[in-house]
Amino acid sequence: MSALVIRNLRIEVADSGDDIVDEVDLVIAPGEVLGLVGESGSGKTTVGLSVLGHARRGVRLAGGSVEIGESAMMELDERSLRAARGRLVSYVPQDPSTALNPALRIGTQLMEVMEFHGFGGTRESRRARAAEVMGEVLLPGTPEFLRRYPHQLSGGQQQRVGLAMAFACRPSVIVLDEPTTGLDVSTQAHVLATVRELTRQHGVAALYVTHDLAVVANLADRVAVMYAGRIVEQGPTRSIFEAPSHPYTRYLTAAAPDISGGRAIVGLSGRAPSPGKRPVGCAFALRCELATEACHTSFPAITEVAVGHTVRCLRPGEVPERTRSQGIVFAGAAAGEAALSLRSVHAAYTRHAVVHDVSFDVRRGECLALVGESGSGKSTLSRSIGGLHREWTGEIVLNGEVLRRSSRDRPTSQRLSIQYVFQNPYSSLHPRRSVGESVERPLRIAGIGRDVARRTVYEMLERVSLTAAFASRYPDQLSGGERQRVAIARALVSKPSVLICDEVTSALDVLVQAAVVELLVELQHELGLSMLFVTHNLPLVRSLAQRVAVMADGKIVELGPTEQVLASPEQEYTRRLLADTPSISTAIGAS
Amino acid sequence: MTAAAAVEAEPRRPDGVVRVAMRMWRTRVGAIITVALMLVAFFGRYVAPYGENEGIGVAMKPASELKQPSLFGTGELGRDIWTRFLYGGRPILVTAFLATAFALVFGTLIGLVAAYNRGKLDDLLMRAMDVILAFPQIILALLVISMFGATNTLIILTVGVSTVPRIARVVRGSAVSVVERDFVSAAEALGESRWRIIRSELLPNVSAPLLVEANLRLTFSIGVIAGIAFLGFTADPVAANWGLMINENRGGLLGKQPWGTTLPTIAIALLTIGTGLIGDGLSRAAAGVDRARGDA
Repeated sequence: MSALVIRNLRIEVADSGDDIVDEVDLVIAPGEVLGLVGESGSGKTTVGLSVLGHARRGVRLAGGSVEIGESAMMELDERSLRAARGRLVSYVPQDPSTALNPALRIGTQLMEVMEFHGFGGTRESRRARAAEVMGEVLLPGTPEFLRRYPHQLSGGQQQRVGLAMAFACRPSVIVLDEPTTGLDVSTQAHVLATVRELTRQHGVAALYVTHDLAVVANLADRVAVMYAGRIVEQGPTRSIFEAPSHPYTRYLTAAAPDISGGRAIVGLSGRAPSPGKRPVGCAFALRCELATEACHTSFPAITEVAVGHTVRCLRPGEVPERTRSQGIVFAGAAAGEAALSLRSVHAAYTRHAVVHDVSFDVRRGECLALVGESGSGKSTLSRSIGGLHREWTGEIVLNGEVLRRSSRDRPTSQRLSIQYVFQNPYSSLHPRRSVGESVERPLRIAGIGRDVARRTVYEMLERVSLTAAFASRYPDQLSGGERQRVAIARALVSKPSVLICDEVTSALDVLVQAAVVELLVELQHELGLSMLFVTHNLPLVRSLAQRVAVMADGKIVELGPTEQVLASPEQEYTRRLLADTPSISTAIGAS
Repeated sequence: MTAAAAVEAEPRRPDGVVRVAMRMWRTRVGAIITVALMLVAFFGRYVAPYGENEGIGVAMKPASELKQPSLFGTGELGRDIWTRFLYGGRPILVTAFLATAFALVFGTLIGLVAAYNRGKLDDLLMRAMDVILAFPQIILALLVISMFGATNTLIILTVGVSTVPRIARVVRGSAVSVVERDFVSAAEALGESRWRIIRSELLPNVSAPLLVEANLRLTFSIGVIAGIAFLGFTADPVAANWGLMINENRGGLLGKQPWGTTLPTIAIALLTIGTGLIGDGLSRAAAGVDRARGDA
């Protein structure tokens, strides 16, 4: 008996009738976790919401069926749907800080859910259940704790309260939509363990929507891969990761940075066709190096490649050449002189000390990764180096020259030789300025004439794998990856000696992230750049950094060659960080 | 593939607020009303049947009782109401436009400077704005004008100055979130001057709310200036003026000759509705434009 059965689901844009999702079949048994993976825009969240009988505004559940036990979710009226949501099926959203009502105590919110569904009969039994479910998500169920407001909890605790609310009425199906995005790895590890425990123990069927393959490898029993609104591959987790049969899945696994696998990540350019622009044939054929004539003309039927492992591909199991992983080559840490050195730097944020006595060098031609969890002070430190943050003391030396505190006080030559790439490519480009104008500015500031500047801009755009034609385009016409390439071009056009990358891939999909990292590695080798790569993503570091500095509570706790730090960390903190980071190879190897 | 797809689409600047707003019927209707009244106000005097201060018969008589041909009869001094109406729009519109323009320039400047220099300067500027804001606009205008006499410059300045804080607040409010965005930091890292950051990084990104507010302020200024004129404060007491006309002819409102009051009232009302509709369209477009731009 299956808890959730989705048959031939089709979801459309209400106005145009274009397919957002089509031909989706999913079955989840009680106690089973199905990981639904795909990049942004693939339709995975839309499928997740359809399980609650819900469609966003402008979207219509057009065909097929969603059944939970005896209830056909797509047939129910608004009233019965409200009764089913929370009781029969519940939802855990991405961002707990927006899902909880900030004005109500968490206990009140928990009780409200149960009261609405008439769960537990009496007030006393509900109160007992509230304490019990808090215990299940490993939070104290004491009256004092339940009297807290959401802002008095940490992000991880908030997400646990979200889980508690979802599990409170003992639903038979639960939909989790990237519930650990924005949480630190250690918090994520705890939340995932809780999800696994609760689903197994209470026989709840879970649909876990995410773009993070490593999380799926660790949590899910089975995996479904979505691309352009279709499920292209589905099967047991082990089988999917050991023998991916769809080229898209191959690319995904090749692009996912893995903490334990010693391999370089491989990116893929281009983007998935959006609803209304999808071809008749296989939607992935446009980006697939294995595509034949037949791929473009017919949508492949389901083929079973192993027990319970199905794929929609005309050439299942064949391996695209580009995804054959090369062993990673660590360019031995350049023993050259320091391009940038920090000497006992202290920094404060509104008079609150966040960086304590940090000293390190970034050597010429080296990529140094600065790794830390949120709140470790890594961003404040990197902004101080870039002159964007003024509250710091100590000494920062760039090519033998001591830097002033604020970029405004530094001479132009210094400003241009230390450049910054920001985390969010959606906010780092001026929306009303063309790509060409944005990239040209540093050159104009350096006093270079318009004609020469323009030519340099075109060369730079080619360099970051865009074309000169992009110069006349505006940011809202570009994808996230393209925007980030533009931001990199703008940073590199003035030929800086040090490049600071602040979480530059965290807003990007895994394939795009891999492509951007590939580009940075290539540029670093070609231009002999010194790079400070700030990130919270430990696995990513392996693919591009020669040395790693681990930061915690404003201090550098460990600094050394990448291989050494990742393989045999000396500090307890680093060890814990590594242990909490989900890994595909460990999960598959161990399970 | 990426490059090819990108080249296919036409390079274009993101659609501006005005363009989006003009696709809505409300904006179009507003624009038609406003333009029509502006034409009347600015060029009506060239088709007026009589002179601005020419007497054509007995005061306060409907057209049927007059020997001379007249559309709406005479006003309180025996002047032709239609002629006075055609002459009377320009003084109000010109002063209202100039007062709004004055407020727009200084309000935007103060708002942007305050938003970019959070801290002492911000506090100083915005508290100064609050002081001006504490006085009701029309009382402030009346006070100044009754002290120094009604001249056009003074009317423009008092209405303008009392509008500045309203614009400054709106501009500062929307600029504060723009300042936080990374492209401003990027410009700072490049060492762009403060003035250039304010002018070319901040200003274009607050243009949508600014446009909405400017329109609203224009609507208000027209009302305030017509109000001042109604109370008898105009630069030239014999010149025709819609606000003044309402007051001069209000004796006829309950008698046989209501036109001297109703014509300018309708005109001012329509003008306010017209600019209001444009403002409404602009603000709807601005909300949509901001959303489409995706503040991720």
